[in-house]
Order: sequence, then C-alpha cells, then structure tokens
Amino acid sequence: MKYLDEFRDQSLAQPLLEELQRAVSKPFRVMEVCGTHTMSIFRSGLRSLLPDGLELVSGPGCPVCVTSASHIDAIIEMAQMDNTRIALFGDLFRVPGSKNLSLANASSMGANIEVVYSAMDSLDLARKYPKELIIFLGVGFETTTPTIAATILAAHNQKIDNFAVFSTHKVMPPPLMALLDDPELQIDGLLCPGHVSAIIGAHAYQPLVDNYNLACVVGGFEPADILQALILLARQIGNNEPKVENAYSRVVSWEGNPRACQMVEEIFAPADMEWRGLGMIPESGLRIRDKYAHFDVEKRLDIRIVPAQEPKGCRCGEILKGKQLPTACPLYGKRCTPSNPIGPCMVSSEGTCAAYFKYGE
Amino acid sequence: MKEDRCVLLDHGSGGIASQELISSLFLQYLDSPVLGSLEDSAVIPNQEGKLTFSTDSYVVDPLFFPGGNIGTLAVHGTLNDLAMRGARPLCLSLGLILEEGFSLDELEQIIQSIAACCKEADVPVVTGDTKVVPRSKCDKIFINTSGIGIVDEAVDISSTMAQAGDAILLSGTMGDHGITIMTRRAGISLEGDLASDSAPLHSLVAKLLAELPPGALHTLRDPTRGGVATSLNEIAESANLTAEIREPDIPVRPAVRAACEIMGLDPLYLANEGKCVVLVAPEYAEQALTIMQSTTVGKESAIIGHLTEQQAGRVVLQTAIGGSRVISPLHGEPLPRIC
Repeated sequence: MKYLDEFRDQSLAQPLLEELQRAVSKPFRVMEVCGTHTMSIFRSGLRSLLPDGLELVSGPGCPVCVTSASHIDAIIEMAQMDNTRIALFGDLFRVPGSKNLSLANASSMGANIEVVYSAMDSLDLARKYPKELIIFLGVGFETTTPTIAATILAAHNQKIDNFAVFSTHKVMPPPLMALLDDPELQIDGLLCPGHVSAIIGAHAYQPLVDNYNLACVVGGFEPADILQALILLARQIGNNEPKVENAYSRVVSWEGNPRACQMVEEIFAPADMEWRGLGMIPESGLRIRDKYAHFDVEKRLDIRIVPAQEPKGCRCGEILKGKQLPTACPLYGKRCTPSNPIGPCMVSSEGTCAAYFKYGE
Repeated sequence: MKEDRCVLLDHGSGGIASQELISSLFLQYLDSPVLGSLEDSAVIPNQEGKLTFSTDSYVVDPLFFPGGNIGTLAVHGTLNDLAMRGARPLCLSLGLILEEGFSLDELEQIIQSIAACCKEADVPVVTGDTKVVPRSKCDKIFINTSGIGIVDEAVDISSTMAQAGDAILLSGTMGDHGITIMTRRAGISLEGDLASDSAPLHSLVAKLLAELPPGALHTLRDPTRGGVATSLNEIAESANLTAEIREPDIPVRPAVRAACEIMGLDPLYLANEGKCVVLVAPEYAEQALTIMQSTTVGKESAIIGHLTEQQAGRVVLQTAIGGSRVISPLHGEPLPRIC
C-alpha cells in the first residue's frame, strides 16, 4: 500500500535503527505526545528494537484519555435525558465516568447512542430523527476540531435545528507547557504530534524551545517516520542544540493549514479546560462562540459540569503526565483491563495502559 | 410493502399459514427427503466413527453483504465448526426466529442461499423450526443451525494436540468478513474488492486428512469472531505453548488493509468466515501448504509461523520492521477510533 509499506519496510528501518544507535551519545528521555505515536511504537514492535539509553514516555495526547470524569458524567446525564441521541466516535463508548458508569452502560439501559465515523454523520442522524436532539461529542485535538467546526457551519447553513455539540475540544501547546512547569517531569525532547501539527504548523513548538530548552521534532506515524524523528532528537540532545525540526514534511508545514485554523477560529473561542489527570489548564480548550450558541449543548440544555472524583486508586493522572508507567498502578491488569477499564488510559485504543496491556508489557 | 409479502404472526402459529410457509418456501428450496417427511424429529442411520455435534446462532446486521448473507453464514459457520474437529458433516438443523413484518422476499433469498450452500457442501437440512415474534421483539431474522458430523476413530484434532515446533498455516487472507460487515454498517464505501469470505472448509480438511500421514495434523481452528489473534491465543493457552507468527507472511488483501488503516482496526482481530488456522508437525508443513493451496478455498494459504516452548501461553508477532510484540486476545468489540 502506497505511503505505508515503504515506511514499514525492514530494509529501510534497519539502517535507520543503526543510525539511531550511533546518534544516541548519552541517555535521554523523550515524550511522545500523541496517542497514535504510542500505539504505532508498540504495534510496529519498535519498542523492542530501540537502543539502550533512549527512554520513551507517553504524553497527554490521547483525546479520550484526557477527557475528565466530570465531562463523562455530563455526557451520560445528557444521554439519559428524553429525546436526546448521542453521536460519538467509537473510543468514547466504554469510558467510565466517576460513578463507574459508561455510555455502554447507558446504552444498555435504553439511551440512544450512535457510533459515527465522521461528525457530519450526525447531521444525517438529525434528519433521520427530527424529534430528537442529536448531540455530537466533540472530543479531540486540532486533528479533529476543524471537521467539527465544518459540521457546525454546515448545520448553521442548512438550518438544521436539532443538532448540538458538547465541546471538550482541547488544543495542543498549553498542556505541554503545564507539564513542563512541573519540576518532577524530566524530559529532554518531544516527539511532536504529526497530525495536530498538520493543522497548527511546526512553528507552534518554537515557544517550547525558547522557554524550556526542549528538543522538538514533528514526526509521522509509520516506523520509519518515528525512527527519523528519534534520530533528529538524539542529535539535538547530544549536541545540546534544541530547535524545532520537521521529520514529517510530506504532511506538515511550518505554517500549518490556515484554512482549517480559520474555520476553527470562526466557530470556537479559547477556553479554560479540565484535563483528566492534569486538572484545569488555562486556555487549553475550545468553547463554541456566542454567535453559534444554538449549537452549544451546554447552553441549550443548561448542562452543569459537576466536579467529579477520579476512580479510587487509578493512576491515569500520573501516567498521562509521563511520571509513572502503567505497570506501577495497583489496578493495572488486575481490576483494570480493556474489558473492564477503570481509568481512561485503559479504555481508549490509544491509551498508554491499553497499549501496555495489549502489547504485553 | 404489501402485507401478503411480509412475515405474519400467523406464519409461526403452527396452523395453515405455517404449513404454507413450509411447503411453498422451505421444502421448495431445501431438497431433503428427511425434512420433507415432516416428522417431529429426523432419524439418522447409525454411522461408523465418532460423532461430533455443534451449534451456533447467527445475528448479523446487515443481513445481506458482498460475499454472502446471514443464510450462508448459518450453513458455513456450523459446517466449519464440525470440520475443525476433523469431521465430515452429515446433516444440519435449521431454526428460524422471524420478526413480524420481515420481508418474505428477503426470507426467500436467504432460504435459497441456505439451500445452495447445503447443496454445494452436500449436507442436508434434516430438521427445522420457525417461530415468529411480534414486531421489534427481534431484528428481522435470527438463525440457529446445529450440525452432526462423523470423525474417523483414529482422528484426534484439538488445540490440546498442538506441539512445540508445529507449523502454523492460515488458509488464506484474513479479515475479509469482519471488515466487509464493519464498512457496510458504517456506510463507508471503498474502492476495491471487499467481500465476506463465507465458505465451507470441510473439503479442505478432508483433503488434509486424506493426504497427510496419520497424526500429522494436530489442530484446526476457524478464526471467526476475535480473528486470528484470538484463535491463536486460545491454542497457545490450551497447549501451554507460544505461537510465533511473522507479520509479512500473513496474507491480507490490500483493500482490507486499507480499510483497516482508515478505521483504525487490526486485521488480526477481524472475523473470518471461511478460513482456518492449521497446525501440523513441522516436517509436513510444506506438504500441508501444497494440499491447502490446491483447494478452491485455500488457494492463498500461507505458513505464518510456528509454536515454541518459550513464554508459554502467548502469541508473539515478528513485525514487518523486524521488531516483536505480544498479540493479546480481543477485549470487547473492535471500535473505530477518533483519529
């Protein structure tokens, strides 16, 4: 398959691995920010091949994992209201809130829940169920936000009334800064998320270089992409020359995608956002602008976000910060498994705990 | 839809309407003298060998998909379960639960498919039952089939017979059925040849048993729900051995891989309805491969790995880039991911 096979080829990976081996001149820690990176590193078996001295920690880049328990509680409350139908991306289906209740449980109790593959599918649902309010769960980073902005615009233009969005959208650089302000987190470089960067541009990481002296390389998701990014990180860290480099130039530009950014800007405004494990981070989320308030389900149904306790014993917060490995959590693999997840890092296919469990670490 | 082309509650009453349905539909297509006798149960002559008995229920949405329908699955699924113990299928039962209002035209298509599959496999339906439930009490049609098969006295095929060193073969590409259903359900249309692999495997198994030396064939599994990953985990666990498989050697159709990439799914976990995992003594691996490739359903068979004694009870994949990772059993339905 074009653009996949060539980046998964052993004849390409082997020389890159040897190059990486040579580039690692001292031990260092890199955070892979994006859940898709975490999954790809496990899935390709790359983890088993990495040189000694290179430590990878997973960051807060799985959108499902960082959705707070209080938001999940609010979602379940909306699902249980009369005449509502929840449209969501599949990963959210099994995420438990604070009362150990998930949308899967709500569905079994009669709530209307539909897994969709594109936010636009919810407009079809709105037409199909005119007497219901279709609530799309807007979860995710810059990769998915433009498509949800486009859906709200389409609903606005097509005058679709029975559609609204629950926006827990998050944006990328702020949580990284919040993490880096924590003195306990010792990392030397960031493997920056490829698809988020396609929208916001590689330039977005320059403040991390300037303020935190951090090596930043934007990487793609195939094994050869990741290896190339790791080689650049190893060199920057070895030479103590931190900068932003782009190892995913076939998709990511320095400036990003201005059209997508404009569309997001039109619909959404920056907002403080609660992150699971990280707490409230200023201007790290997006709310729907007043001009489009009709599509904001929090306003439309007067939804209150009630602060919720994280599940007892769950270490997802520490794991999301890269401070602990899943195996250090007392619940991991015992009470918390992909079949019966307690914390969000186990439920999403891109969660760190799920990756560890699935790929046997 | 005209009322007279729908399933009515009367069709399950046991009265005149039921009899009409039986004679005008079931008996017309399911050409079986034993079924046609309309007795309360089928009498099957005494057979030489050991009996195998298997049952499975079929619920699928959509009912019709490229490569088959719920009827083909109901026949092939049970035939394949019998074949996985080395059995020659002898006969099937057919139980239908129909929703009031279900289209009789669609029912006819399904029964036609069941009849065609039975004919192709040379295995008759010898007993059957139909019930009709009120609208919304079931989803259009649920099917149960049970099957009886005969295994030669000397044949003993099970996952506990798997031994260290055994070669692992797969009878063709994986994931075809699962991805076809998932893309249809999602309304995703992709270019390419996505179609279910629904097919009977008993002829392939019979050929392996006939042509390999006695005892060479150890284990057979059809990787339906949970896919090849789950079947291999079950084998590894019951044999207390590790299955090592090689990613580049596992056949996957390009269209299936493309759809999996789009939906964030792993073909190792997708259902197959016409494939089997075959474990043979290592010295017969090539011979088994040649036999399998000589059959229609096994043309794309491949040797994908072997069993070892290391790390008992696990499945380890050697990846395309030369790394390795553990393949765990499936937890819950595969769900497409956000990004």
